[in-house]
Amino acid sequence: MARITAGVTTSHVPAIGAALDLGKSGDAYWSPVFAGYDFSKRWIAAASPDVVILVYNDHASAFSLDIVPTFALGCAERFQPADEGWGPRPVPVVEGHPELATHLAQSVIQQDFDLTVCYRMDVDHGLTVPLSLLFGQPQAWPVRVIPLPVNVVLYPPPSGRRCFELGKALRRAVESFDADLDVQVWGTGGMSHQLQGARAGLINQVWDNRWLDRLITDPEGLSRMPHIEYVREAGSEGIELVMWLIMRGALSAEVDVVHRFYHVPASNTAVGHLILEDRGPSATAGGLVS
Amino acid sequence: MALEKPYADVPGTVIFDADQARKGYHLNQFCLSLMQAPNRERFRSDERAYLDEWPMSEEQKRAVLARDWNRMIELGGNVYFLSKLFSTDGKSFQYVAAMMTGMTQEAYAQMMLNGGRSPEGQRRIGEPARDER
Repeated sequence: MARITAGVTTSHVPAIGAALDLGKSGDAYWSPVFAGYDFSKRWIAAASPDVVILVYNDHASAFSLDIVPTFALGCAERFQPADEGWGPRPVPVVEGHPELATHLAQSVIQQDFDLTVCYRMDVDHGLTVPLSLLFGQPQAWPVRVIPLPVNVVLYPPPSGRRCFELGKALRRAVESFDADLDVQVWGTGGMSHQLQGARAGLINQVWDNRWLDRLITDPEGLSRMPHIEYVREAGSEGIELVMWLIMRGALSAEVDVVHRFYHVPASNTAVGHLILEDRGPSATAGGLVS
Repeated sequence: MALEKPYADVPGTVIFDADQARKGYHLNQFCLSLMQAPNRERFRSDERAYLDEWPMSEEQKRAVLARDWNRMIELGGNVYFLSKLFSTDGKSFQYVAAMMTGMTQEAYAQMMLNGGRSPEGQRRIGEPARDER
């Protein structure tokens, strides 16, 4: 039986990818950002998951304004890094897991989540920056990835509640897959940031850290936070945080916090990063703690 | 019935909702066309001629030519679509964010290093600023 062993959340700032791709990760500006992921690289090497269900938002790369799916799932064999206007990032092609992805799609649709199934979809920095942060710059990504893009660009995005419930449905789906796989769920984007208008550059460190606390201990309550609170407190792009609730919904109520990192700034954005290990019956005990 | 917009009183912010998306459809789709290198080349060689291939409003075309980012957003642009245009120009999200706030990129980058723009006084139009960080 497949099982969910851990959840990871991280911001997916495009400038982080650019810093890495241009060899600037050791600069004074960037090294404190990358230092927050040193532990994470050791942890992921030890955990060695078979598959990551990677929740992110497409930034007008795979989906134009012609079609805007609220939740989508990548069921293809592989996914090409997108050309976002400066050429594709020099990162490996992302290998999917079509058998598990197809099972997930069927299972969550039958649990009343009407997601869009994608057999061809380029993946942008929203998906590749988190992979770079955890795995560095390998020749090939050492894990299969099932992309799960969420619309947080065109209002209204799905509610935190809906995201949290989708996480739970994903867990049931994974646990009903008949192959021995260690699966992680990653939620990406956030934390506070605004990329438009006179209010651009908004950062709310107090709110972000309280939000992280609640994601760990009170995700059920946190999932009821209305969209407008994200906009007022965390900036118009801070709404990406609802995607972290999909990760949290996929884990058991009690989790072990093995790593927590917060840093301001990366370009326009507050960077947040958590690694949570599942305490459910199928979770592996022990391991690294930062 | 009009769309409910609880975010209408957030200062300095345009939420990309269905009304904005409808207004900005061709502007945003033009931006996406720049994801292909040959289109970037054609756009660079004659911006006006390239824009004239799109059924955009004259206002939208002028805003693009002037790289007036706030105006593009008012006219239905969304920053992630616009990012294909500023990436074509070799500019970053931080450069454009600074332009939109009317700051130099240097002053904006320093504000971010100092912890970013405080939310105090920025939650609602008319909200008094409570503290200075």
